[in-house]
Amino acid sequence: MSSNNLTSELVRALDGDPGHARALRDRLAAAAQAEGVLDVAYRTVDTPVGPLLLAATDVGLVRVAYAGEDHDKVLQTLADRISPRILRAPARLDTTARELEEYFAGRRRRFDVPLDWRLTAGFRGSVLHRLPEIGYGQTASYAAVAKLAGRPKAFRAVGTACATNPLPVVVPCHRVIPSAGGVGFYLGGVDAKRTLLSLEAAR
Amino acid sequence: MEGKQPFDIVVETYGPTVLRVCRAVLGPADADDAWSETFLSAMKAYPDLPADANVEAWLVTISHRKAIDVLRAAARRAVPVADTPDTATAPAADSRDLDLVSAVASLPAKQRQAIAYHYLAGLPYTDIAVILGGSTEAARRAAADGIATLRRSYPGAAARRAGHR
Repeated sequence: MSSNNLTSELVRALDGDPGHARALRDRLAAAAQAEGVLDVAYRTVDTPVGPLLLAATDVGLVRVAYAGEDHDKVLQTLADRISPRILRAPARLDTTARELEEYFAGRRRRFDVPLDWRLTAGFRGSVLHRLPEIGYGQTASYAAVAKLAGRPKAFRAVGTACATNPLPVVVPCHRVIPSAGGVGFYLGGVDAKRTLLSLEAAR
Repeated sequence: MEGKQPFDIVVETYGPTVLRVCRAVLGPADADDAWSETFLSAMKAYPDLPADANVEAWLVTISHRKAIDVLRAAARRAVPVADTPDTATAPAADSRDLDLVSAVASLPAKQRQAIAYHYLAGLPYTDIAVILGGSTEAARRAAADGIATLRRSYPGAAARRAGHR
């Protein structure tokens, strides 16, 4: 038998099954967490607005991303901006996942998980920090949020802040709508924004 | 911007190969520990890895050191590695596969390593010589001797399987 045949026999004989590979990866994630080298943990959750990527540092939830943002690209950006020591490690995001599930079931009106704001900065950051003041089921215009953030004329910048919100759903940029009517732009798509607003209106 | 991949992708891409290497070098029972130690250690060092480094060669080098630790610990316990098959974690139920795995396990350590690093991880013998600490020719010979022994102790498996399917 040739070396090639022997090699493929060897590969086959030594291969792990998928369940075993998953168990090893879970074990690695737990060890990395215990040793303090898991800089970013992530998981995905299925929701009425599609699969959401959740990522957390040891400070708190740092990123929520819609599928339309391309989860692979989002993870690469987290690697570049925070750290490449990223693993799929659901445990750190258990509470966030549970709160999101309750939210989409209509049983939760605000999120209690700690947030890591490091992907925001400047005026956009101060806009996003004020958004949780718009209560569940309410909306505010871009101009009103600009006023709230201390720069009444900066309603365009408010739009940009919402469009680049690293923590959508949890930091409720979907509650910011044009004063002229309609739901306006949303980074998760207009349909997702409508879904969230009607979910909250149905309380 | 650094452009280094998330470590998760490194685990996904190279995890299966490193597991096969650990199983070939150590046997199935101790391979999981070596695999876990390898990736934990690699994750610690990952931010400092040069962007143009050969990730697979880097991981195999780490797994080589971790496997030596495991082999030494096993030697201290005076339990021959080849005699510790663990059916619960054996890679496949197929008896021919188990035969091949035990044929590999009964090779001398250097031959198992040379075969694993060349035939399973695809490293060139120049890299393997650096890992094993000897000449390129010695690494090549260790792999060739090991393959020759496997062929003698495990002949015609591929042909049998081809007829079987």
